[in-house]
Formats: sequence, C-alpha cells, structure tokens
Amino acid sequence: MKPQAMIQQTPHLEARGITKRFGDFAAVDNVSINLLPGSFHALLGENGAGKSTLVKCLMGFYQATEGEIRLNGLPTPIASPRDARHHGLGMVFQHFTLIPSMTVAENLVLARPDLPAVIDWNAERAKLENFLKGAPFQVDLSSRVAELSAGQKQKVEILKELYLRTRFLILDEPTSVLTPSEADEVLGYLRHLVDKGELSVLLITHKFREVQSFCDAVTVLRRGRLAGGGSVAELTPSRMAEMMMGEARTERKVGKAATPSNAPVSIQPKLRLEGLRTIGDNGLEALHGVDLTVRAGEIVGIAGVSGNGQRELVEVIAGQREASGGRIAVDGKTHLPTREDLRNHKFYVLPEEPLRNASVPGMTVAENIAFRLFDQPPFQNSGFLLNRSAIADFGRKMIERFSIRPPNPDAPIGDLSGGNVQRAILARELASGEVGVLVAANPCFGLDFKAVDFIHDRLVETRNKGAAVLLISEDLDELLDLADRVFVMSGGKLVHETTPATADLAEIGRQMAGHH
Amino acid sequence: MQLTPDTLGPWGVAVAVAGGALRGSIPYMFVSLGECLTETSGKINLGMEGVLLMGAMTAFAISDLTGSPWMGVLAAALVGLILGAIHAWLTQQPAVNDVAAGIAMILFGSGLAFFFGKRFVAPMAPQLPLIPLGGWSHTPAVESALRVSPLFFIGIAASFLLHWVFTRTRWGLNVRAAGDDPQAARALGIDVNAVRFAAITLGAALAAVGGAHLTLYFPGIWSEGISGGQGLMAVALVIFAKWSPRRCLAAALLFGGAQSLGPSLQSLGVQGYYHVFNASPYVFTLLVMIATCSPNRRLAGMPGALGKK
Repeated sequence: MKPQAMIQQTPHLEARGITKRFGDFAAVDNVSINLLPGSFHALLGENGAGKSTLVKCLMGFYQATEGEIRLNGLPTPIASPRDARHHGLGMVFQHFTLIPSMTVAENLVLARPDLPAVIDWNAERAKLENFLKGAPFQVDLSSRVAELSAGQKQKVEILKELYLRTRFLILDEPTSVLTPSEADEVLGYLRHLVDKGELSVLLITHKFREVQSFCDAVTVLRRGRLAGGGSVAELTPSRMAEMMMGEARTERKVGKAATPSNAPVSIQPKLRLEGLRTIGDNGLEALHGVDLTVRAGEIVGIAGVSGNGQRELVEVIAGQREASGGRIAVDGKTHLPTREDLRNHKFYVLPEEPLRNASVPGMTVAENIAFRLFDQPPFQNSGFLLNRSAIADFGRKMIERFSIRPPNPDAPIGDLSGGNVQRAILARELASGEVGVLVAANPCFGLDFKAVDFIHDRLVETRNKGAAVLLISEDLDELLDLADRVFVMSGGKLVHETTPATADLAEIGRQMAGHH
Repeated sequence: MQLTPDTLGPWGVAVAVAGGALRGSIPYMFVSLGECLTETSGKINLGMEGVLLMGAMTAFAISDLTGSPWMGVLAAALVGLILGAIHAWLTQQPAVNDVAAGIAMILFGSGLAFFFGKRFVAPMAPQLPLIPLGGWSHTPAVESALRVSPLFFIGIAASFLLHWVFTRTRWGLNVRAAGDDPQAARALGIDVNAVRFAAITLGAALAAVGGAHLTLYFPGIWSEGISGGQGLMAVALVIFAKWSPRRCLAAALLFGGAQSLGPSLQSLGVQGYYHVFNASPYVFTLLVMIATCSPNRRLAGMPGALGKK
C-alpha cells in the first residue's frame, strides 16, 4: 500500500502509559498514543486537556513521570529537545520560535544543530536557495521576520523543520493564525509530504474540518486522560466532539433576534468611524481612512488576514493608539477615550490578548473586574477612598455569573488561563448590563468550545439588547455565524461589504488576499 | 597637549575638534561597544561607569608597578571581566533588576577604584606609546593633535570585529537571539544564561580597556574625577547608535569631537559660554533622542527582550 522506503525514513513513534505530574496534579494521566510511520495524526482536546504536556514529553521538554517512549519499537528515552531533533522529531509551536529581528536566512541557519562557529554565508545562502527550490512555499530569505505576517511566519517555521530534515513533525494549532486558504495550503502540502512518505505529522487542533480533510487517525484527550480515538474515516465530528467534551456537541444555533432590516431597531447610526487614520509601529500609515457605521442592535463583523490594520484599528478605538486623522462618533457626538466619554457613551471594548491589552496582570481578578466602575458608588463613596469589600463582593458575583475559574476574587488575574482572563474581562465590560457600543477583537482566539459558545452567546445577547457591536475576527466562520453585516479589511482599508446570507466565500477570500 | 589654536585661528578649533575626536572618543568607543554587546544579549549594564573607573585605576597602578603600560591594559581587561561576571551573576538571580544592579555596580566599582587608587594619586605611570599620524604637516599643533593612541585603532578594529561576530558567527547569532526573544532562543537549544553571562563579562572587559585610556594617555595621571561620567554617557550612546557596533564607532567619534569643542573655544579666547560648550555632547544627545524618538514607534534595532529575564 505504502512504499517500503518510507517506513525506513519516517519513525514509528509510540508512547505507552505516559503520566506527567506537576506536584499532585496529573496533567497527563496514563495516556498511550501510537503514531504510525507515514501517517497524519490529529490530537484533539479542549484547552487544558493535556495535549501540550503530552507532546512536550515526546519532544523532551518534560520527562514523563511514568511510561515509556518507543521509537521504531525500541524504548528510547528522550532527554532534551536536542535529543528529539537528533531522532528526527521536530515541533512547530503556537508561539513562534523565530527571532523577530533576524532575517529568514539567519533564522533558518540559526536552527541548524551543526552550525559551525564561523558562518560561511555564501555557502549557507546557496544551500538555502537550493532547498527553497524544492520547497512548498517561497519566502524572501533576506526579509526580517518581524516584517512577516503571521501566516508567513508559520510557513517559515515549517520550512525550518523541513530544512532540518525533520521526519516526524508535531504542529501545535498551526492554523489559528492563518486564513482558511492559507491553512489549506499549508496542511495540503504537509499531507502531500506524508503521502510521499517523507514525513509523519501529529497535528494538535481544535478544528474538525482540518481533522476530516487532512488526517488519517485521531486521538482525543480530556482532562489529561485518553478519551478516545481511531480512524478519522470512521468518526463523525459530533462523535469526536462528544469525546472531547464528554457530551455530544449539538449543532448550535445562536439565538439572534430578528435582523435589523425587519426589526424595530433604530435606523440612526450608533457608532460611526469617520475617515480613521493612524500610523503603525513601523512608522507607516496602517489605517488609510476607515469609514464604518454600526447601528444599534446589529453586529458588524470585520474579516481579514491579520496584519491588515485590524490591530491598529482596535487600538485606536480603545484609545491605545493615537489617530492621525478622522474621528469616532457615538450617537453623532465625538467619542474620545476618556473615562467620561466611555461612561457617557456606554462604550466597551474587549481587545485581543486581554491579559496584555485589558488587564493589569499583577492585580486581582476582583480589582480588574472593577476597573470600569471603581470610581463610582458603591465602590467609591467618600470621594477618594475605595470600598474594598464592595469590590470583592462585586468580583465574586461576576465570577459566578461568568463562571470564572478558579472562583477566587483575590487571585492575580495573570495566573488565570487564557479563557478565564477573557471571561473576567468580558464580565467587566458587560457588568453594567447596559451597553451602547461593544467592540470585540478575536474574542475566542485559542479558546475551547465551551468558552467560545459562552462568549458568542454574550455577544449576541448584547446585540439583542440594542447595543452596536463591532466584531473584528480572523475566524470567518465566527463572523458569518454572528454578524449581520461583514466587511473585509485589507491593506488598512475596508474593501468589501456583504451579509452572511449573501456571502460569496470565494469573493471574500479574494478580497482578503488583497485582490481588489 | 600643547594645542595652540590661537596660532591657527579658527582653523585651530577644527583641528582641536578633530584631535579631540581621535583622543576623546576612545573611552566612549570601548564602553559603548561593551554595552552594545551586553545589550544585544538582552541585558543592561549601567555599571559601566564603575567598570571604567576600575579599569582606569587598575591600568594606572599596574603600569606604575610593572613599568609596562600594556600590562596595565591587560590588567584592566581582567578586572573588567571580574566586574562583568559579578554583574552577570547578580542580574541572573530571579528577582534582581538590571538597572538596580547596575547602579549598585557604579557605586561598587567607583568606590573600589577610589579606595585602591588612593596611593597612586601622586605619581606618573608609564604611558602607552603614541602613533604619529601628522608627519605630513609642519605645523606643530597639527602634528601633536594627530599623535594617536594605539587603543584608537584597537577600538576601531573592535567595532568591526563585533559587527562581524554579530553577523557571521554562531555565537553572535546566539547573542542576538538571546537578546531578542529568549524564549524562542531556548526552544532552539541556546543556553541563554550562558550566552548572556559571556556577553556581559566580555562587554565589561571592553569597557575597562576604555578606562585604561584615561590614565595611560596624556597627562597620564590618576584622579577620582577622571571619567567625568563618560561611562554613563556611553550607555546612552548605544541607544543613539541603535545597537549597531559600527554606528557606536561613529557616535563615539562625534562625542569625542563635541567634547573638545568647549576647551578649544576657550583657548581661542571665547570665555563666556565655556560651560555651555562643555555641555554640548549632552545637549547633542538630548537633541538626537528627541529627533529620533516617537511614541508611535518602537525604537528600531532595540533588542526585543532588553532588560527582561
């Protein structure tokens, strides 16, 4: 069926009864996984299910507390990532392991384990150019990594592994930063290499579509334990979701109230962006005049590949970045990012990476939740003294309402997992119950199903109550599920408008890719 | 130095400034290259002022005791290595802040230099031999201005060497990786702490050699006020030079020249604004910083993890 040569090339990696404890807590509990040579294997699981811990044991970052790793049938302890590399095992991390200030060529060369002390750049360049001739994607060797988009960085990461002759590649949610077409390109190429017998792949993912389109077999983890697995051909998405969640994931319908076109929502624009311009980190203009209207009671989505000005747009709206032109208006009145305007306009923002952009990591969950209201009664009564017990009580109430784990208002918010930070910030922004404008950027980035559903429900609920919601997301499915109107952003401008009902995916893809 | 701009008129100022660039630039050159190496690895060593003073005192003392100025330079480098190792060890402890440790090292280095230097305040130690570059001129002022310390050429060579190390050697790439993204560097199997330790110690050794120039060149005496804050200025100069060794060299020449503007104008008879002209390197630094900084942009060339663990 498969060529014999391949079996010699790509290793048969097997983990038997792996347990990894941190103190009393078993992050991985007696998990076995059999990764056949020349296969494309998916590792599914919610956040915190132990996927990362398991692969870190395979890659030598952690030593398993119990269990053994077998390579081609022989027990092979993997003591370090260097050791793993020696056996032809490589990994692409969610967080890029590229050095931003270096060029692509320098990054590829730096990864070489046998790099001589003095680098002969002529020889290295020739080797790299030769390698790129047979490579799936082309990148400019002399461009700096900091200037690349997330998708290009992901490609460089994969190229780096191929350049190092990795035979067994672990990918940790590689497509979370890619457009659907980029994701298909990358995974399709890896699939091609697997079919040629040059590579085995273990793909950590949240996305069933990728599992079904590209993978042969799947292993599902839940709470550190093996929850199931098998051949992809024999499993349906809902069966896999069931394994992941411990319950069947029902095809859910977001409870959107009638669309604005036929509902008695105001025709008056609630939020208006008028010719917004700003300068990006690199000193060049990142927004070239963005005009946008969001009415009360609708969700407007902005789609696009990251790096096309979305981040700068959200930063300008949130007051983190100065606009070099244009204005933001709420109900026709100019909105400035002052506490007074935020309060008067009931203006709320849920930025991406909330730990960095919307919280003070060293302060407690309750304090972070109180940031919007701490200078108002009952949190501040006598003019300048804070009522700490009111802040703590309010924190406790919000922790319960938004199911924040651990339910401790006094824990520093920086100690919480990504999903729980997101919930805490959402709690803060929606706490007042009355929202005029809500701007959310990639609110579900890297979260598990339950958290995603929860956040989607809150967004729709907020819309249904009459708020103007602006949702900026790299996940097109999310936008088509939630938004009433969708814009595509490309090159710092809004280039295309559509509605979920009339959306033409091919056209959206073209617009996202900059063909307009 | 027997500079007599008065005999040359206004041209004398130009000669004096050029001569100042050749002499006064040397401490800036070595300290900024040392700091450039340190900061490229992601660490900050504000203690360079202390290292500079210890280097100056040690070079002087050893030159006086052994009669060999080159032994003095070597001893200064060794003392720099030791001070750098202390700073590296301190700042790699979990809760130690680079800046706080650096300020402690300024006080430690200068205190130590003053303590051991007490008995060397009076004598004159053997100085480094000078290389005459002004033989073509028959004007004594030009000739004497162009008698250059060998450390000047060593400094120039060091800046090109450092650039070569950063771009062409494995260790240089490791240093840049450690300074820009230590997490990624660790994932690549680079021992970030070891790389930074080496960068900090070597950087301090370079700075200490800059100190040797202060005492082993005209007038060749040791005094406590000898550095005049040049160690701290050189740290700022690295920012000005955007962490590039070759730009450090250019900036050091500029600062050395600017520094001699005041004294040379004074000898021309311009007395009134003596202190204003003496402040010119500092004013210059401020102007450049204001011109190049922007709240909307990150400083180009800055190591991504500067000052972070």
